[in-house]
Amino acid sequence: MSASLTTVAYLGATILFILSLGGLSNPESSRRGNLYGIIGMTIAVLATVFGPRVAAAGIPWLIAAMVAGGAIGLYAARAVQMTQMPELVAIMHSLVGLAACLVGYASYIDTSIAFSGAEKAIHEIEIYIGILIGAVTFSGSVIAFGKLSGKIGGKPLLLPARHWLNLAGLLVVLWFGREFLHAPTVQAGMTPLIIMTVISLLFGIHMVMAIGGADMPVVVSMLNSYSGWAAAATGFMLSNDLLIVTGALVGSSGAILSYIMCRAMNRNFVSVIAGGFGTGGGTPAAAGAQPAGEVVAVSAVETAELLREAKNVIIVPGYGMAVAQAQHTVFEITKHLREKGVNVRFGIHPVAGRMPGHMNVLLAEAKVPYDIVMEMDEINADFPETDLAMVIGANDIVNPAAQEDPASPIAGMPVLEVWKAKTSIVMKRSMASGYAGVDNPLFYKENNRMLFGDAKKMLDEVLVALMA
Amino acid sequence: MRIGVPKEVFAGERRVATAPEVVEKLIKLGFSVTVETGAGDAANFSDDAFRAAGAVVAANAEGIWAECDIVFKVRAPNLDEVAQMRAGQTLISFIWPAQNPELMQQLAAKKATVLAIDSLPRTLSRAQKMDALTSMAGISGYRAVIEAANAFGRFFNGQITAAGKVPPAKVFIAGAGVAGLAAIGTAANLGAIVRANDTRAEVADQVVSLGGEFVKVDYEEEGSGGGGYAKVMSEGFQQAQREMYAKQAREVDIIITTALIPGKPAPKLISAEMVKSMKPGSVIVDMAGEQGGNCELTEPGQAVVRHGVTIIGYTDLPSRLAKQASTLYANNLFRVAEELCKSKDGVIDVNMEDEAIRGLTVIKDGAITWPPPALKLPAAAPAGAKPAMAVVPQPKGHGHGGGEPMAAGTLAIVFGVAAVLFALVGAYAPASFLGHFTVFVLACFIGYMVIWNVTPALHTPLMSVTNAISSIIAIGALVQIAPPLLAGGATGDRPDELIRWLAVVGIGLTSINMFGGFAVTRRMLAMFRK
Repeated sequence: MSASLTTVAYLGATILFILSLGGLSNPESSRRGNLYGIIGMTIAVLATVFGPRVAAAGIPWLIAAMVAGGAIGLYAARAVQMTQMPELVAIMHSLVGLAACLVGYASYIDTSIAFSGAEKAIHEIEIYIGILIGAVTFSGSVIAFGKLSGKIGGKPLLLPARHWLNLAGLLVVLWFGREFLHAPTVQAGMTPLIIMTVISLLFGIHMVMAIGGADMPVVVSMLNSYSGWAAAATGFMLSNDLLIVTGALVGSSGAILSYIMCRAMNRNFVSVIAGGFGTGGGTPAAAGAQPAGEVVAVSAVETAELLREAKNVIIVPGYGMAVAQAQHTVFEITKHLREKGVNVRFGIHPVAGRMPGHMNVLLAEAKVPYDIVMEMDEINADFPETDLAMVIGANDIVNPAAQEDPASPIAGMPVLEVWKAKTSIVMKRSMASGYAGVDNPLFYKENNRMLFGDAKKMLDEVLVALMA
Repeated sequence: MRIGVPKEVFAGERRVATAPEVVEKLIKLGFSVTVETGAGDAANFSDDAFRAAGAVVAANAEGIWAECDIVFKVRAPNLDEVAQMRAGQTLISFIWPAQNPELMQQLAAKKATVLAIDSLPRTLSRAQKMDALTSMAGISGYRAVIEAANAFGRFFNGQITAAGKVPPAKVFIAGAGVAGLAAIGTAANLGAIVRANDTRAEVADQVVSLGGEFVKVDYEEEGSGGGGYAKVMSEGFQQAQREMYAKQAREVDIIITTALIPGKPAPKLISAEMVKSMKPGSVIVDMAGEQGGNCELTEPGQAVVRHGVTIIGYTDLPSRLAKQASTLYANNLFRVAEELCKSKDGVIDVNMEDEAIRGLTVIKDGAITWPPPALKLPAAAPAGAKPAMAVVPQPKGHGHGGGEPMAAGTLAIVFGVAAVLFALVGAYAPASFLGHFTVFVLACFIGYMVIWNVTPALHTPLMSVTNAISSIIAIGALVQIAPPLLAGGATGDRPDELIRWLAVVGIGLTSINMFGGFAVTRRMLAMFRK
């Protein structure tokens, strides 16, 4: 296959990737979108393998590597639980990061393509940056995976003077970058490159360790973005436009997701990355007024009673539903109510769960039809006409203090206005406050009821009571 | 401690201060309960039902007044009953201390502790479960509509029958308090066209939510008084209000009035002239009969026909729904008992530090403690809180781009920085880099445009598919695995072996992503269904 043919094949692959992302604009076209992605990837790989840059001698090697990797990938895709999607996505980001590092090193020690002058400098800068981003993505994603899967505690780890540490790391990286560029031989350049890689790895670890559980949607999208930029940097390094375009697509996709997540929490990107909630600004929780009133607890049977009498029900799921694996029971209840003519819908907050769209996937897994799963903006106006709002394992995203108490640490965060429904039921394990450490005045509202206990167990009881 | 429930002695009173199901709950709290024989008969609670719930049935009222520590009643006790009380007894019932100063003196003389359920601080949200005024008013409102329907000679709902078309009844409800709102809901459910008015403009939304139409008085004045009641309005307003009522009287079939001002006679809203202007067969239900009535022609406690209009002035509307009223009232009293007996050992503690109990208690151990000091809680709330509560419109979420356009200044800075960067790149970078740079920048823009169109529901599949796509980095590894020898001969020092291993590992890793990412996306997307 000639070089021109390969270039045209790459162009085709690029278009297919863009169509693939475009297909995700609605669930009907999304399956075709995924198919476009697969075709695009196949074309790209085949065009490369049979193109002018790969000699026949390499083919057995690459087939072996792809078969091994592909088998692992397919197995993981089949075995993963939908509640574990954030972990899977995080670990996959780490693979991209690691691959970018390896390709960067390989490219550096590859002396078969010689550059000179400005081109050499630019090529080396590209390698340096590519490995840097790859290393940060790799270590950050591994830590994110650890946190999401519970192998590492969810609490933010805040080292003293952590901003200065990061700054020092950056200066060291810049200095060694200068050393690296002036290195006369590959061997001489290796030392600064390795030191930089180690610092980048440490930086990635440090950055994600400092971020707490509920900020995970931002981190996962941010790492998604980094893995894209790593691919783009690799593309520059190898002068490959397909990699550049694809990396840019993925990078901007992750960046937009991060932006959406930040906006949904009314926080800016820097403050999320800079560390845990409220830890930066002195005395957070004490500032908000202590909510007055008392909490009214109900039983599963009473909940079923309320559901039976309601005509309009909105269910607001949160991370607690994912933890308890309660989505199937939620669907059973929904199905039962809908058969009786109750209008049941779901209200999804953008940051519910641990990654963007987490709740939608769980509900889809439980066979909840997507046309009754609404976004926050679509459904917020409907709460006043709702008889019953059922909150399952969510806290901060339904906290009225965000709107009513300007002193609250979460003031201004858009929230689902469940308290406007005639009655709301909050399902929770205990009265503990949410991730933001803010007491939730919703629990004390007179039209609110609390159903304490494990979400799955309580919902099972509700379902039994409903069927009775 | 023993709770006693005597039979109500007020003429025509059918309610009773407890119900069998509540007796069970009281016993769980540690109390013992005695009920006078026949106390629940008029409310369809038999002595046997009380016995089955665990209560002792006493043969007469004397026994109860003599033996019990706490007495639950509905109506305020009459002089005979007060005479039977023993010193130090606790009484919980309606008292109306403002209207009954003499009764208060007598109760105080008995060294009693008296909790007047009508003196509950209603603005306290915690107090709602004890609020018997609200529960009784709700029943009254319902019953008022039923009485009106009974006296009215037509359907409430409009119908088109083979025998002709029936227009719906028009109902006007004056006063949208608890009773008024209950009446609005009931009348609307029966199919009538419901209009309502209240001097407090903020209840308009509640009227509409129950299916009524809010009729405004054409005059600017805010009529919220303390404690959820209305206040007396200015002369100008009253004039405008009278005109509005006169207009409604000519148009509607049924008028239900609920206007009360605490401690004052009920306002006369409906004049004799207005009654005359109504259609024959129309009905007026005057729920303020006990306080003199909102209609000039009301005869408290009776239904009369004047100028062809039935005017119902019953003062015992809750009692006409005795079983329902008794059950709700009994529950309200149970909640009071619960508040008094936090330790659940059947011993009450009248804790004057508690705002709700402080408000309820009008006599404590013979000392009159009414009226209570003003509540601290809702002091500044009504006026001050409003501006702060105004909903700040949130910028519309998804779709193209962010919310509002960037401020001009920010935009200028962004463009400035971009211009400097581009100038630097243009000045120093070689031509081959510029080609890639162009592709990169344009790709970022395409990505930006495409991603904003992705529906938020598919964000997780988006992440997994971008993950799969970013395994395109495999190409980087592929071209390194075994590059063909370049023209001009190989540079001898290329560490082929090392690069090959790095590349093989790289391909392996990205293949996991490539296959795994697409496969899991496929699995996810297959689950999204209508």
